[in-house]
Amino acid sequence: MGFFDKIKQGFKKTSDAVSHSLDSVFAAFVKIDEDLLEELEEALILSDVGASTSAKIVAEVEKRAKLRKTTTASELRDLLREVLTDNMLDNQPLDVSGRPAVILVIGVNGVGKTTSIGKLAARYVSEGKKVMLSAADTFRAAAADQLEIWAKRAGADIVRHGEGADPAAVVFDSISAAKARGSDIIIVDTAGRLHNKANLMNELAKIDRVISRELPDASRETLLVLDATTGQNAVHQAEEFNKAAELTGIILTKLDGTAKGGIVIAISAGLGVPVKLVGVGEGIDDLIDFDRAAFLEAILPP
Amino acid sequence: MAFEGLTEKISSAFKHLRSKGRLTESDIKEAMREIRMALLEADVNFKVAKDFIKAVTEKATDAEILESLSPSQQVIKIVNEELVALLGGQTTRLTISPNPPTIVMMVGLQGAGKTTNCAKLAALLRKQQQRRPLLVACDVYRPAAIEQLKVVGRQLNIPVFDEGQGDPVEIAKHGIDYARRNGYDLVFLDTAGRLHIDEKLMDELKNIKATVKPTEIILVVDAMTGQDAVTVAQTFDEALGIDGVLMSKMDGDARGGAALSVKAVTGKPIKFIGTGEKLGDIEPFHPDRMASRILGMGDVLTLIEKA
Ligand SMILES: Nc1nc2c(ncn2[C@@H]2O[C@H](COP(=O)(O)OP(=O)(O)OP(=O)(O)O)[C@@H](O)[C@H]2O)c(=O)[nH]1
Ligand SMILES: Nc1nc2c(ncn2[C@@H]2O[C@H](COP(=O)(O)OP(=O)(O)OP(=O)(O)O)[C@@H](O)[C@H]2O)c(=O)[nH]1
Ligand SMILES: [Mg+2]
Ligand SMILES: [Mg+2]
Repeated sequence: MGFFDKIKQGFKKTSDAVSHSLDSVFAAFVKIDEDLLEELEEALILSDVGASTSAKIVAEVEKRAKLRKTTTASELRDLLREVLTDNMLDNQPLDVSGRPAVILVIGVNGVGKTTSIGKLAARYVSEGKKVMLSAADTFRAAAADQLEIWAKRAGADIVRHGEGADPAAVVFDSISAAKARGSDIIIVDTAGRLHNKANLMNELAKIDRVISRELPDASRETLLVLDATTGQNAVHQAEEFNKAAELTGIILTKLDGTAKGGIVIAISAGLGVPVKLVGVGEGIDDLIDFDRAAFLEAILPP
Repeated sequence: MAFEGLTEKISSAFKHLRSKGRLTESDIKEAMREIRMALLEADVNFKVAKDFIKAVTEKATDAEILESLSPSQQVIKIVNEELVALLGGQTTRLTISPNPPTIVMMVGLQGAGKTTNCAKLAALLRKQQQRRPLLVACDVYRPAAIEQLKVVGRQLNIPVFDEGQGDPVEIAKHGIDYARRNGYDLVFLDTAGRLHIDEKLMDELKNIKATVKPTEIILVVDAMTGQDAVTVAQTFDEALGIDGVLMSKMDGDARGGAALSVKAVTGKPIKFIGTGEKLGDIEPFHPDRMASRILGMGDVLTLIEKA
């Protein structure tokens, strides 16, 4: 099932406030007036695009509509899609060209890091790659056990230490093991941490440095996992994690729920960090490549 | 400071006050626009914010306030008071069953913080009320969920009942039987995370509820949740009839507008907040502190009194 179908399926399960309200906005379209623009703004805010970003987007839509003398609902819908598209980076695949390639996965607590790693490992194993998982979450209860179950499911190797071990040491050992065994890809699972905790962010920066030092020429992805249910705080998360370890992409999880994840619109172009993957369930296949057009389509019903 | 941000904005909305001597309704309207913005940036649901602003506007346009000496402070005070009232007014406790064991069922979306916080709550009540808690592992789906509960149970020296990957309804039932037989007077059911729109898994919760008749069903909500909090809370409440809410991850810097949204749509009290990953990081919920946080204000009342 493709990105769009998955999302559509998710939408069908529930009365969808956003597409519903947008639909009625366009259905009731007579002329572009205050009310209409306000309703557009409302629909965007309800998808977690954020009040100020939504206001900016709507102002831009209004400007372009005037310039182009837009008169029909479908033209206006296209305009909105165009403005949203301009506010988001285009699709970018993960770069795992190096040997080994390293994927560092980070984010706040409970967003879906470990699960996404399991799914990603399965994908690369099925492509014939040798994957090594690094259990650098040594803090959360049974975190390494959880990753180990995913490693088995995916057919990947795993390096783990005992609870409370130094995460950077786990990463160091994982890299040595990957070199020795000729792994193609190392995926590092880290403990969930809130971005306002300096000591934990420093720990992350240390992991980041170990990777750069041990594998200076490796191709490298540093992926921030964001839960689609998250509201405006996701912007702070992206900013702070980007300071600790330079982000190369975002995994947007839990899009199979009713939340739209509109917050990534503010983050994508704003920080210059593209969404690369999307989580649409708890199963091993429920991770798909991000598709900007499909994502915006999901926020804006056709 | 964020408080000054909002106060300044409202004061500037009232800036021509001095020349005119009194506030007009359009001044109020402008101030309300600023407050609305603050609420939305705090992730208060759009519709909830709209209703809230409407209610506050009515109160604020009262003649006495328009003509008072410091109307902007008065308006902030009204906003704050209304927010506190909407958030539940006072701290609400967990209901204890007169016929032990008290059964608390923890439910919520994936990753919200159910497992961690049921362990924290068990430890808290053991300490405060000398209860004998038991944790029951009803999450048979998430990889290593049972092991996670066992680890936290071990850390706290609280026993954990599990039957491996069995049927959650049966496990819950057996867990309660086990508690009765062994003199545990407080049982926490750690259920699997699920989407509110997953009918099959929501039915499972309904079956657990029908079978064990829990004293309390607590919905765990992540403090970082955005606009969707209303849909989630409403759906869980309609399906199960929740008794209260625990807001987790309050140690972050999210404003936590979800608290207002959840309270507004379910009417159920927020009872506890999770304030960290450690097993002692749990506190009762205080509506006044939450109100200040949502508005991005420090200790609002002392500041108003100084003004
Ligand atoms: N519905 C849904 N659930 C998901 C998705 N991704 C992860 N989950 C669930 O979310 C919960 C948390 O996932 P984890 O992978 O443990 O999250 P984490 O970020 O590693 O959590 P910590 O290590 O505790 O910070 C689990 O119950 C997962 O099954 C998704 O795309 N959709
Ligand atoms: N900072 C912080 N982290 C928390 C808090 N409560 C829970 N967590 C973390 O959030 C993550 C998810 O917590 P869990 O208790 O596993 O959540 P859950 O709802 O049981 O997750 P599933 O069973 O996968 O649905 C873990 O990393 C916890 O340590 C809190 O109050 N503050
Ligand atoms: Mg994890
Ligand atoms: Mg759990």
